[in-house]
Amino acid sequence: MAGLTGKTIAELRDGFRAGEFSAREIATAFNDAVAAARALNAYTVETPGDALAAADTADNARNRGDLQPLSGIPLGIKDLFATAGVDTTSGSNILKGFKPPYESTVTLNLRRAGAGMLGKLNMDEFAMGSSNETSAYGPVISPWKRSDGGNAALTPGGSSGGSAAAVAAGLAPGVTGTDTGGSIRQPAAFVGISGIKPTYGRCSRWGVVAFASSLDQAGPMTRTVRDCAIMLEAMSGFDPKDSTSLDLPVPHWEAGLSSDLRGKRVGIPREYRIDGVPEEINALWDRGIEWLRDAGAEPVEISLPHTKYALPTYYIIAPAEASSNLARYDGVRYGMREQGSGGLEGMYAATRAAGFGAEVKRRIMIGTYVLSAGFYDAYFNKAQRVRALIKQDFARAFEQCDLILTPTAPSAAFGLGEKMSDPLAMYLNDVFAVPASLAGLPAMSVPGGLDAQGLPLGLHLIGNELDEQGVLNAGLAIEERAGFTARPEKWW
Amino acid sequence: MSVDTATVRHIARLARLQMSDAEVAAMVPELNNILGWVEQLGEVDTDGVEPLTAVIEQKLRLRDDVVNDGGIRNEVLANAPDAQHGFFAVPKVIE
Repeated sequence: MAGLTGKTIAELRDGFRAGEFSAREIATAFNDAVAAARALNAYTVETPGDALAAADTADNARNRGDLQPLSGIPLGIKDLFATAGVDTTSGSNILKGFKPPYESTVTLNLRRAGAGMLGKLNMDEFAMGSSNETSAYGPVISPWKRSDGGNAALTPGGSSGGSAAAVAAGLAPGVTGTDTGGSIRQPAAFVGISGIKPTYGRCSRWGVVAFASSLDQAGPMTRTVRDCAIMLEAMSGFDPKDSTSLDLPVPHWEAGLSSDLRGKRVGIPREYRIDGVPEEINALWDRGIEWLRDAGAEPVEISLPHTKYALPTYYIIAPAEASSNLARYDGVRYGMREQGSGGLEGMYAATRAAGFGAEVKRRIMIGTYVLSAGFYDAYFNKAQRVRALIKQDFARAFEQCDLILTPTAPSAAFGLGEKMSDPLAMYLNDVFAVPASLAGLPAMSVPGGLDAQGLPLGLHLIGNELDEQGVLNAGLAIEERAGFTARPEKWW
Repeated sequence: MSVDTATVRHIARLARLQMSDAEVAAMVPELNNILGWVEQLGEVDTDGVEPLTAVIEQKLRLRDDVVNDGGIRNEVLANAPDAQHGFFAVPKVIE
């Protein structure tokens, strides 16, 4: 990748401010890259006019000396953020054609910070998936290929698969993602980029299509840790329209970046050494520990005893919340309608049968079952009790350490079609990501290296509540030492 | 606990999902697989543990009970599959 589309957000921002290039040149370069990369299926909607209009505003603002933090930066937006007048479908047929009359708080914050929009990014349907294969638009194809000479199409991960592919392929300098149980971090790891999920409540959920409301958090995905800090600062902030929004000032994360970790203790949870994980992943984890030690941190072994129960806990709570949230798709107010037979009830059931894909139906069924009379206590309440224990594990661990380091995912990117027939195998992708989600903690993936097949692997940092700065700083320390510069070779 | 076809039909009805007999039959082992897996939570001693209700401790805020929105009927109806005379239209419910 050469030229403007190969630059980071910080480089684009600083070059634009220094007058090296105009915002219009930036927007045009990315618009062209987006239009030339349809083979990746990363964007579901392209909005070149939006990016150009924001660029012109930025160019005029520069002339007046009136710049915003993201002036001149065009971004890709995951398709589950409501964008006024632009299709917002959450990767689902049931929302095909839905054009919200309102803008999500996160995207409004980004627009107010001066950013433009390149388009909407493909994703697993309602963010339910780890490979982008549940999307009604078909899977995103990763820009990466294995180095074995084969030509197998790989997943960019999910659910923020379009977001991940767009950054890795130079189709946006930064994008929004959302993370319910790993949907920012696992795809970031699969394509060799950085992504952070902040503390639950930092980013407003208003205007974000709901999956599991007690878990859903928005966050940025970018090339570098610095870019994550820049974007997260613009996305975050108190929003009275979200009842769980944190009423706290947004820290200056970019200004606070420092890879000097002296005095920090990094927890290494012994329960994250699990069977069946390739040796390369544990070897990278060991290198990560040494990198953080080199940055001045002290590694300490910790225990998170309920780790193995995090995934089954998640697969009760998330479907339960999803079955409730997705009750709104009834063919009346927005989205598609199937007439069916049998009056109003028949219309509901026919619309939902035609509009939802297989994985979404499976989760609605699980969620409805675990919330149904007679099972609520045995499943849902039990899971919320175990969730309390998982949260307590982290609280105790953070008495002994400041940060936690683990691998991001138990494998590198896999081939499209390899795991779709086995839901449980697919769910296991998020084994390292889900515990931090259940506890509402900030967590980030940064690229650590390539595996033997030439595919990226990520390292995962979990911080205490509200300590995004600690997570970003440790991420920066790893970034500086990993020297990860690999990019996919352009084939699209 | 495991589900059978009758239970799956009942759950599908609660979830307002129309399903053919073949889909119901296919869903039975899928759900049992997942339910069998989540049942490992039974091993965890949760006696005396309160179910988690807020992932980050915070007080629910109150706001003044005032109208702060409205007057946007056309926007509200703009995405409706069937809007008539300023209302959402649905199949007849009263014979």
